[in-house]
Amino acid sequence: MNEPVHGQVSQKVLARVVREHAGRLAASLVSLLGDFAAAEDLVQDAVETALRRWPAEGIPERPDAWLFTVARRRGLDVLRRESNYRAKLAQLTWPAPVPHADRLRLIFTCCHPVLSRTAQIALTLRVVCGLSAAQIAAAFLVPGSSVAQRITRAKRKSGEAGIPYRIPAEEELPQRVEEVLTVIYLLFNEGYLSSTAERAQARDLVDDAEWLAALLANLLPKEPEAAGLLALIRLHRARGAARFDAQDRLVLLADQDRGQWDRQAIEQATALLTRAARTHRRPGPYQLQAAIAACHAEAKTFADTDWAQILVFYDMLLHLAPSPVTRLHRAIALRLAGLHLRAAMIWIKDLARATP
Amino acid sequence: MFIETEEFAQQLEAMGELEQQTAYAAVGKWFADHADKITHHTHLAPVHTATTMRLGQGEPVITDGPFVEGKEVVSGFAEVEVADLDEALKIARSWPACPIVEIRPAS
Repeated sequence: MNEPVHGQVSQKVLARVVREHAGRLAASLVSLLGDFAAAEDLVQDAVETALRRWPAEGIPERPDAWLFTVARRRGLDVLRRESNYRAKLAQLTWPAPVPHADRLRLIFTCCHPVLSRTAQIALTLRVVCGLSAAQIAAAFLVPGSSVAQRITRAKRKSGEAGIPYRIPAEEELPQRVEEVLTVIYLLFNEGYLSSTAERAQARDLVDDAEWLAALLANLLPKEPEAAGLLALIRLHRARGAARFDAQDRLVLLADQDRGQWDRQAIEQATALLTRAARTHRRPGPYQLQAAIAACHAEAKTFADTDWAQILVFYDMLLHLAPSPVTRLHRAIALRLAGLHLRAAMIWIKDLARATP
Repeated sequence: MFIETEEFAQQLEAMGELEQQTAYAAVGKWFADHADKITHHTHLAPVHTATTMRLGQGEPVITDGPFVEGKEVVSGFAEVEVADLDEALKIARSWPACPIVEIRPAS
């Protein structure tokens, strides 16, 4: 249960509470109404009301019940003509249980491969994470109207083209999970690459990405790549404090103050990754990228970096998912591994000379 | 909707008779495999047989050729009875002939 928060509510707290509850509400309403678009409208309305009122009034003690009440009342008003929905909504009481399957269905529907990537991202942020169209627009530096249009189009497509509201069949699952992971990964990149000053006013997409990855890893315990992506995001975030200097300029990895890295977070993320990798023995691009990030994060100094190990991970990554960027990174790792080796040779020679 | 490309038409043309027969057999097999889902299908004659009539003001304008000049042309369609888009995608994935398939709900 949340403590009632009064007075000034920080954006971060507001975002966290909305994210935690909006997706659940969406999942339960879609199941109830059997209509993705109608449910989404109600949730969006409730979220927008909350974003307007909570900053001044404080976050209610039961945010989920509050959102639910607004959505239900609004639903009874708006869906007047749809007697079927009205009857269903009138019966609904809180708390409505939201099985795992419902949340998964919601995510897979938002990330259906027939939707364009931008539509998948906008829909996921809005339906699963509870962002308003204005917040999405601010995060991607595009006009709010174009985000709203994108979402309307995606919803219409999902309804009229017959995108099913369900968890994909076993044989489609790997491909569909990959689609969801890509959406989360892009979201993370978008948030991670913008500097703190740029996003001071906007909602932090990195929080949303991490939250989504955690949700997915939790809902899909048999998919090691979901855990891999979560570990990757957490490893990057653990080094976040050292990434920008006082003037908000990016600091290169070699120059970062490693004392500012969050050691505990690094250990936990590495443990998560190791567990996923050992349990399933199905390496994938996210687990490998996380493994590379872990190598960097565990090195006490830049010179201590285990480039030989990193090189092995890059080779595996290239084998699984060849890309020019990966090739470039591998080349850098190769060069640094070479330097490391040469440094090691000099060190050994020195040692040999010093030893009688 | 099945959509042919210029490249595909050329490839088909360049095939030997045996190869062509194999290609047609694959299409026949696809229709047989999905017979329980296919309610109706039509193969259109090649695009050079098309005539387009533009209605509007005054006398209709009749032109020789398809309504859109392009490298990709609709060559036929099959109507399938499926529960949702995923099922349609699954059927379309195994289509053995022309390289583009467009899926649309029909009423």
